Amino acid sequence: MLNAANLAAILLTVKLASVVTLLLLLIGTPIAWWLANTRSWLKAPVEAIVALPIVLPPSVLGFYLLVAMGPHGPVGQFTQALGLGTLPFTFTGLVVASVFYSLPFVVQPIQNAFAAIGPGLLEAAATLRARPWDRFFTVALPLARPGFVTAAVLGFAHTVGEFGVVLMVGGNIPGQTRVVSVQIYDHVEALEYGQAHELAIVLMGFSFVTLFLLYAFNRRATMLSA
Amino acid sequence: MNDLAARFRHGYPGFALEVDVRLPSRGVTAIFGPSGSGKTTLLRLIAGLERAADGYLAVADEVWQDANSFVPTHARPLGYVFQDARLFPHLDVRRNLDYGLRRIPPSSRRVALDDVIDLLGIGPLMDRKPGRLSGGERQRVAIARALVVSPRLLLMDEPLAALDQARKQEVLPYLERLHDTLDIPVLYVSHAIDEVARLADHMVVLDGGRVVAQGSTSDLMARTDLPLSGDDGAGALIEASVAGHDETYQLTDVVFAGGRLSLPRQARAVGQRVRVRILARDVSLTLAAQTGTSIINILPARVTGITAAGPSQSVVSLDLGGTTLLARVTRKSVDALGLKPGLAVHAQIKGVALVK
Repeated sequence: MLNAANLAAILLTVKLASVVTLLLLLIGTPIAWWLANTRSWLKAPVEAIVALPIVLPPSVLGFYLLVAMGPHGPVGQFTQALGLGTLPFTFTGLVVASVFYSLPFVVQPIQNAFAAIGPGLLEAAATLRARPWDRFFTVALPLARPGFVTAAVLGFAHTVGEFGVVLMVGGNIPGQTRVVSVQIYDHVEALEYGQAHELAIVLMGFSFVTLFLLYAFNRRATMLSA
Repeated sequence: MNDLAARFRHGYPGFALEVDVRLPSRGVTAIFGPSGSGKTTLLRLIAGLERAADGYLAVADEVWQDANSFVPTHARPLGYVFQDARLFPHLDVRRNLDYGLRRIPPSSRRVALDDVIDLLGIGPLMDRKPGRLSGGERQRVAIARALVVSPRLLLMDEPLAALDQARKQEVLPYLERLHDTLDIPVLYVSHAIDEVARLADHMVVLDGGRVVAQGSTSDLMARTDLPLSGDDGAGALIEASVAGHDETYQLTDVVFAGGRLSLPRQARAVGQRVRVRILARDVSLTLAAQTGTSIINILPARVTGITAAGPSQSVVSLDLGGTTLLARVTRKSVDALGLKPGLAVHAQIKGVALVK
């Protein structure tokens, strides 16, 4: 039913969202832990920076990322010095941009989950001989699990749904950067409404099912912990 | 030698703690004081959960904190029972107990898991999650969890304060058994004088972040210059031994240096040491020994001091053969009877409670 081009766009989107989600969990967890526990004055500015993508138009974020990663930008200079070329209009560039774009959707649920645990249980673990890393892995991580599920789902779904940043940083290269949202735009531009509809309905269904499962899971998690 | 020496200066806006104490390494030491007196802070400093900029702490000749070193909490051989239990909600009771046990080397396991489970009566709860335990059960599990790491010092922060009266009565006997069966020194934070009377051998009284008194529980209970004596629960603790039982009237007699007391029949053997408590408000005074009274415990005593306790009341200290007893009477009675130090009186004791 899906033609090859549409299928390629879907596979690329899934690949992008998977890589981005994995990276975000790795990067977001320490940031969330720090934000949940610090008393530093840096907390508020860091929180603001992490949250920026929520309020900024994706084109603004995309524009600055494009400039930064371009041949004359600081990131571009660095990647060129490493012999990697420049990142815009590559899959890697898209991953980097998406990580920034979806960061708040991963950091905030994890941060809230860590904050909700509070210091009490970690103190109890310390009096039972658990070292700091031990306490993190045996108490904080398991108790924050609902936050991680929410973070992973939102990070994945939000990356699937991005458009503006992709267009600015990734362009429209089949198999490289042409994700579902861009492909739909192309179809509409070419007045291929049937093709656009095919992809749009897939995205719609995916988003609904994902969010539905997430809320159902959170409801269950809340009831279990009560 | 093997005691606990603690010296801390620690403060945050609106509160300063300044203590310098030496505590015995045996038995239960109560850290007593009103809310906000710094009891919990002192316990947290000893546990290393808070760090005083200026502090010295040595337990059994091992330095846990001084100017150059600070042993982190997880490396201190202690057990800690929090007021709010703090069981891990994602682990069942068995795994809560295992948590600490797995983290100590087998060579330092001196308390057997099964003994602790028996001691606290938590055998039937092992497969339950903390969310499915009652408040009293949770606190018993928390105590067990702190014990299975074989602590050399057990710190308890008001373990009964969050429980209602019925739950308190459920947990208290376990605490007493703990005291009798395990040879682990305990620091017990409390603001409830009746718990202290029941459990503690030694006490430290804190007020406003400072130590105002320390000594044996019975000595401090008998003092009228401490905030304890104004309390409704103020009263003397008397160490006595069982002299005999009256089967007809179901009474037990106990003797101490100041005389003989009768109390409701107790399941105690003749000769056994007991601790009884006589509240100041249950003691009245007469100049001559009364006859024709329903009160059976009347003992000759000598007035040693009189302290005002509120606008209309006074607390009278009495000496009974070396033991101090307190009596709460009105100021009017003090004048009417001409009470003054040295006067011989009779103490009529309306209630005697066996606390241990």
